[in-house]
Amino acid sequence: MAMAATDIERLILERFPDAKIEIEDLAGDGDHYAASVVAEEFRGKSRVQQHQMVYDALKGNMGDVLHALALKTSAPQQ
Amino acid sequence: MSDQDVKDWISKQISGNDIVLFMKGTKSTPQCGFSMQVAQILNHLGVEYEDINVLEDMGVREGVKAFSNWPTIPQLYVKGEFVGGCDIVREMFQAGELQDMLKEKGIASNAETQTA
Repeated sequence: MAMAATDIERLILERFPDAKIEIEDLAGDGDHYAASVVAEEFRGKSRVQQHQMVYDALKGNMGDVLHALALKTSAPQQ
Repeated sequence: MSDQDVKDWISKQISGNDIVLFMKGTKSTPQCGFSMQVAQILNHLGVEYEDINVLEDMGVREGVKAFSNWPTIPQLYVKGEFVGGCDIVREMFQAGELQDMLKEKGIASNAETQTA
């Protein structure tokens, strides 16, 4: 089971239209990615909340189709 | 166990221990790279913690994901509060935030001796 980087990016952009996203395929198997997401919606949220927002955007794929997503989230620098 | 029993069992572990790590494998024999990283951080800090091997019970493995609305393992809890998974715990450790949190919550760790 795997997921394309473009699908991850599309799902995240659907939820965070103005986000800056960088996705790196760590293993080339469509199962292990690193992603950094910079979005205004994260401002004032804890890291846990920010990551949960991204997981929600991935609509249940995280931990299922997508085994590993090393996530780094932040709000844009002011 | 029913879903409710699992939920009750999970919250009992979380409230009954200062630090609980739901992981794949055990602190001495982790069976997943992400679980190993968090266990290594806690071992390095020299803190006492309860390691719960979710591979031994599928109900707990899935139940703990619903418990904190967090889709992956490992999961770290300190004084009943969900701290995060591997990424967040590593990020907090590297920033010294995890060490500060332990100190604030009155949990002894090597960090104090190192920074003193």
